[in-house]
Amino acid sequence: MSAKSGFVPLLRTLSVCSLLFAVAAEAQDDPFAEYREMMGDDNPAIFVIEEGAELWTKPQGPKQASLEQCDLGLGAGVVKGAYAQLPRYFDDTRQVMDLEGRLIHCMVSLQGRDRSDILRKPYSGTGDMGTELEALASYVADQSMGMPIATPQDHPAEKATYAMGKELFFYRAGPYDFSCATCHRQDEKRIRLQNLPNLTAHANAGEAYSSWPAYRISQGLVRTMGWRMQNCAKQQRLPQLLPGSEAVISLITYMSVNGSGTEMAAPGLKR
Amino acid sequence: MLKIKSLLAVAAVSVMVSAYADSGLHSETKAVESVWRESMVAKNHVGLDRLNQTALQKACSNADDNVASNAEREQLRQAATESVVYPTDGKFFGDWQRGEAIAGNGKGMQWSDNPSDPNGGNCYACHQMSPDEVAYGTVGPSLRNYGMRGTSQAMLKYTWAKIWNPQTYMVCSHMPRFGDAGILDQQQIQDLMAYLFDPASPVNRK
Ligand code: HEC
Ligand code: HEC
Repeated sequence: MSAKSGFVPLLRTLSVCSLLFAVAAEAQDDPFAEYREMMGDDNPAIFVIEEGAELWTKPQGPKQASLEQCDLGLGAGVVKGAYAQLPRYFDDTRQVMDLEGRLIHCMVSLQGRDRSDILRKPYSGTGDMGTELEALASYVADQSMGMPIATPQDHPAEKATYAMGKELFFYRAGPYDFSCATCHRQDEKRIRLQNLPNLTAHANAGEAYSSWPAYRISQGLVRTMGWRMQNCAKQQRLPQLLPGSEAVISLITYMSVNGSGTEMAAPGLKR
Repeated sequence: MLKIKSLLAVAAVSVMVSAYADSGLHSETKAVESVWRESMVAKNHVGLDRLNQTALQKACSNADDNVASNAEREQLRQAATESVVYPTDGKFFGDWQRGEAIAGNGKGMQWSDNPSDPNGGNCYACHQMSPDEVAYGTVGPSLRNYGMRGTSQAMLKYTWAKIWNPQTYMVCSHMPRFGDAGILDQQQIQDLMAYLFDPASPVNRK
């Protein structure tokens, strides 16, 4: 946390300024192009990645253990490349898990921590400084930077999870009759000024999937893919979606498999 | 009040824990609705009943975006047509300026919204309308100069029905059923009608 405290308020101020400029200059396409230009290759997520790396090796919980022995799918302690191959089936839990669900599993099983404690506040509120789950997800994702998305579809449970993700994606419900597909099945559409990726198509799905977790300039925070799902379900007028839940894992699997082969570029940088 | 809140928090967390215990391998046998249900918790005024599907929602939940059987499609269209309630005071038009505010208001029915505030129509999320508003979406067609179509009774009834329940004209439409689903009330729809048709409305400025 300490590493960020000096930078983040400054970055927030910068982002507000650039927002004003950008809206005046170029309202249509990418209001944050100017900000990106100003920041060059510097993604403020680097501070969050560092924090995640520290948390990974820090002894915590009743068992005073670190997460270094956590198996993210490529063997205990292997972080490099693991994110690009998630979600996947895990023998020990006999289920398909995504990154966030697996991280929570490791906090519980290795560190002896209480699942409901972690779930009480998995994601930051506006103005918060970031949560442990956000930092850990950033660190792990960064370790797959540049690697192609290779979510496995070998185990029958992995195939079933993809099929379920597709059904969930087209499921219409709520007072607005929306499904994920209402907003994300067509090319080149937008809501207000925000471009809507067609998540049923390879190129768009790959581009979207590979960029999460992402540093949200407007919020001054890293947001995870689980948070993105929760926020979109909210826009769908549905109840609150839970991190690491079966619906989240299935939807994520649907999108990552659709985007297979795209190079990971997370943590990304978003408006 | 505080006590109730903390009780609710405990309940929410225990539901979360059971959501975990239940998730997993059985997806091939599990119904999609129960997967949604076990993956969500009620939040503020938004309950799990939002996951119950209407016949229309069920029939339109597919990658083809269409109802598989012609007979069922016709039945759903018929039900939508019968759902439309035309203005009880016989007036199609309210105030276009109020209509403009409703068209730009994106609030309504999310768990982060205050349920005692009136819902917006959020038409700009999906439609171009006034030339002054550049932040418009493209999920629906442009409604620029909508009033050019004239104000015949047929045109007014068509547009009213479209806002009340768009499934009347296109089964599996992506537009919400603003009247039928109780998102907007009669007065708000009259105001939106004025926004679309009034010659003084910016929607109809050349
Ligand atoms: C009412 C419209 C709407 C619905 C319904 C919706 N989304 Fe979204 N979604 C958006 C918008 C708008 C954005 C872009 C937000 C932004 O740019 O800040 C977005 C962004 C996303 C992104 C990130 C894309 C990127 O390139 O960064 C993903 C992934 C996504 N949605 C998945 C889903 C899934 C899965 C569902 C169903 C659970 C869903 N959405 C439902 C409107 C919607
Ligand atoms: C989620 C996106 C969405 C929202 C929000 C939305 N619409 Fe639509 N609208 C559509 C789509 C898609 C169509 C085309 C399909 C159809 O006609 O059902 C449409 C069609 C229409 C039409 C018919 C256009 C024609 O050329 O005949 C009218 C009128 C209309 N919308 C008015 C409104 C008004 C008024 C609002 C706000 C209360 C609104 N819409 C909100 C998506 C939307």
